[in-house]
Amino acid sequence: MSNPPTASAFSLDDFMAAEQRKDLLRFSTAGSVDDGKSTLIGRLLYDTRSVYEDQVRSIEGKGTTAPGQIDFALLTDGLRAEREQGITIDVAYRYFSTSRRKFIIADTPGHEQYTRNMATGSSTADATIVLIDARKGVLPQSRRHAYIASLLGVRHLIVAVNKMDLVDYSQQRFLAIRADFTALLDQIATDTGNPVEPHFLPVSALIGDNVVHRSDATPWYTGPSLIEMLESLPASRHDHSAPLRFAVQRVLRPDASFRGFAGQIASGTIRPGDSITALPSGRVAQVARIVTFDGDLDQASAPLSVTLVLDREIDISRGDILVASDAPATVSTELEASLVWMDAHDLVAGRRYLLKHASHVVPATVTALHHRVLLENEAHHQTLDHLPATTLTLNQIGVASLRLLRPIAVDRYADHRQTGAFILIDPATNGTVAAGMIRSASPIPAALAAHLLSAHTGPVSARERFLRWGHRGAILALTGPSSLADRLERALFHEGMVTLRLNAADSDASTLAAQAAQAGLLVLLHAETDSDVLSITIGEHALTLADDDAIARRLQTLLADADLLRQPGVSEYEI
Amino acid sequence: MSPVSTLPHLSTPAAPQLSHLRQLEAESIHILREVASEFERPVMLYSIGKDSSVMLRLAQKAFYPAPIPFPLLHIDTGFKFREMIEFRDNMAHEVGTKLHVWRNEPAIAAGTNPIALDTKRCCGLLKTQALLDGLRHFNFDAAFGGARRDEEKSRAKERIYSFRDGAGQWDPKNQRPELWNLFNARIHPGESIRVFPLSNWTEMDVWQYIHLENIPVVDLYFAKERPMYVRGDSLIPIEQSFVALPGEQPQMVKCRLRSLGCSPCTGAIRSDASTIPDIIAELLSFRSSERANRVIDHDQEGSMELKKREGYF
Ligand SMILES: Nc1nc2c(ncn2[C@@H]2O[C@H](COP(=O)(O)OP(=O)(O)OP(=O)(O)O)[C@@H](O)[C@H]2O)c(=O)[nH]1
Ligand SMILES: [Mg+2]
Repeated sequence: MSNPPTASAFSLDDFMAAEQRKDLLRFSTAGSVDDGKSTLIGRLLYDTRSVYEDQVRSIEGKGTTAPGQIDFALLTDGLRAEREQGITIDVAYRYFSTSRRKFIIADTPGHEQYTRNMATGSSTADATIVLIDARKGVLPQSRRHAYIASLLGVRHLIVAVNKMDLVDYSQQRFLAIRADFTALLDQIATDTGNPVEPHFLPVSALIGDNVVHRSDATPWYTGPSLIEMLESLPASRHDHSAPLRFAVQRVLRPDASFRGFAGQIASGTIRPGDSITALPSGRVAQVARIVTFDGDLDQASAPLSVTLVLDREIDISRGDILVASDAPATVSTELEASLVWMDAHDLVAGRRYLLKHASHVVPATVTALHHRVLLENEAHHQTLDHLPATTLTLNQIGVASLRLLRPIAVDRYADHRQTGAFILIDPATNGTVAAGMIRSASPIPAALAAHLLSAHTGPVSARERFLRWGHRGAILALTGPSSLADRLERALFHEGMVTLRLNAADSDASTLAAQAAQAGLLVLLHAETDSDVLSITIGEHALTLADDDAIARRLQTLLADADLLRQPGVSEYEI
Repeated sequence: MSPVSTLPHLSTPAAPQLSHLRQLEAESIHILREVASEFERPVMLYSIGKDSSVMLRLAQKAFYPAPIPFPLLHIDTGFKFREMIEFRDNMAHEVGTKLHVWRNEPAIAAGTNPIALDTKRCCGLLKTQALLDGLRHFNFDAAFGGARRDEEKSRAKERIYSFRDGAGQWDPKNQRPELWNLFNARIHPGESIRVFPLSNWTEMDVWQYIHLENIPVVDLYFAKERPMYVRGDSLIPIEQSFVALPGEQPQMVKCRLRSLGCSPCTGAIRSDASTIPDIIAELLSFRSSERANRVIDHDQEGSMELKKREGYF
């Protein structure tokens, strides 16, 4: 089969060559509800002639605007519920190009309930336009969005002070908002560690001032219009000199003679002959071929999707990350990360979630929540204060430590977006509950990584149990009232320990207890009495608990004294 | 040994950034590979149109030199153009991939057509119902579709992985967050995911890619003298006799199809564009959208969203 021969007056080659020279800028919108994000995008599309006539006709005479005035928000608010309620609910992706550049727009919702959709839109953006209603100034949601954009590593924030038509195009108002927001951005950048470059401009999305055409209504503003800004910001540049990161998505084995590793280059450049290290295993090989459908390549750079053939047979499977041998990533099971919580169910520390990172999914628990970042006003606190927290609720942001069941190879998010990001999935609901950005990772020794990764056979060893649960098995002999035994069990459970409660009066209790302790559980062998205190004995270590004791802290001491939190004779990460 | 070459369309060595199209290609290949690796029974919906043709080529690229690791599924309403069916069978043969064809036979036997019923109910039975039945019959848990976000404003709201409940339905108000290129592939038994690897491609990107890659497309896209029923601005293909008004005679018109669907509901456009460059040039001059001459999308405000909620692609 073939298409008709190519012959035409229109010079396709010239046109295509011009198209090839265009680069790509992805940007998103942000800001509080009704600040005019969708209207601005609609206006931008309309004034750059990027919408078709039937699309404009279909929205004429509808929406929230005055008669005769097109409600441009309807060009992007594509869901019925959005049109009915006059708000954006989920991200709309729109596409347009100018003679210089192609653009992918993510128009996101301002409503607080849908903050996670704003984060979705910003996660792939090179720039974000934060809208501010000139009448209202900087609102809590403007702060939250600016913070999230910065956390996600968006470099360029265009701060569009909108609805200037409703404040008589007041320069004073514009300058006041600019001053407020500049101060806020400085604070945000200090907190997230990601520098942001702000670009301010006054606009009226509804009327079109300074969107595509510079406006006579703001003679005091001499800067570029929005489209001029968008055309001149630095585009998504993949740093080809960065160290190689390549997550293996799939092993291709069409026949016995070919074994290739399919994936997308996340950063860097690769050439045949380059030495790569497969992580987390640490095995080293050289690249023999870079295979594509269009022929082998003599070099390939991010973000190309290719298939690599190595010079020797090493064990590599989906989830492994191939890195430049001279600049590897960190192999770790202990991460510290910023979390944006996105689920209606709160974060539960100690609970098992699934962590998806690159092409890998591993079980993970949040072992500690260090703080949450205050993004709305609260009594006695200031925006961006760090508050102690035991959980994160929908749309809250905090910093946490996570422990992974198996080691993975990671980078700091600030260094590598793709190998520094992860999502958490709730294994019960399958919902995506959090976005994570790695701040630091404690490296684990290669020997331990190898041990954790090796395909064990035979019975599960005490060491494996220890590595999974974080404690050894033991019998805790309890004497006292049930109420205190309950509190004790809850405190252990809360710490993520695996417990089994047995009634000492049952005939086979002591046999069972011994077996369970052997299997790595903390067995609470309880003899009930009606005394006021609970006595706990582990071997020769003992403790008495009364009703008002700080159980958790005293328990930690006891467990440590009884040496249950360590593998005897083995230093922490040694095999 | 395969020949060593650089990709023909990389930009100049001085600025070794990938072109816009190569970036889209790389992103789509990433998506295809993720799905093939994370789902047990993926399938590619193959609708024979230009977008499907691009998607199929991307699948060949994604798994080369291995074969495409999933079958194709065509939902046949019985009203597709003859050229489409021939093209489909040739294509499956050339690519060497298993092709399943699924039809809602009871509805077809009952004489379902867009004139006897209305277009909405006809689509509901021959497309949506057939699709849901076909997916269930083969127990597919992930289905690729060639839909693009720039086609229509409810499509602009789609995730790349679009979660569908046990009844195949879409809940646009409660979509999973989708950050970076980390896709959540977890589903419960009975649920499924529709995947749109071409989400970020525009109509222009698709034609440029077809040109650069020399991807075969159905002849109906190219202008030719064809017999049509002419009603005002509308050109109605004569494939099905029931579309004719009493006494209506076809006329020969130089025309082509901008998007392919069922013949009774897909209007042709007057055009002289007989080559891909012509089509690209013509695209630059268009003032209305690609779906404007499809009957089904605009019989009701938001009808695409409604169909999608019910399980349509
Ligand atoms: N006067 C005036 N009204 C505006 C301007 N921009 C937007 N509006 C109006 O403000 C209202 C909200 O606009 P939207 O564009 O829907 O706001 P949004 O920020 O997208 O809202 P969400 O997406 O729901 O957060 C609409 O009634 C617009 O017509 C402006 O520049 N001037
Ligand atoms: Mg909006």
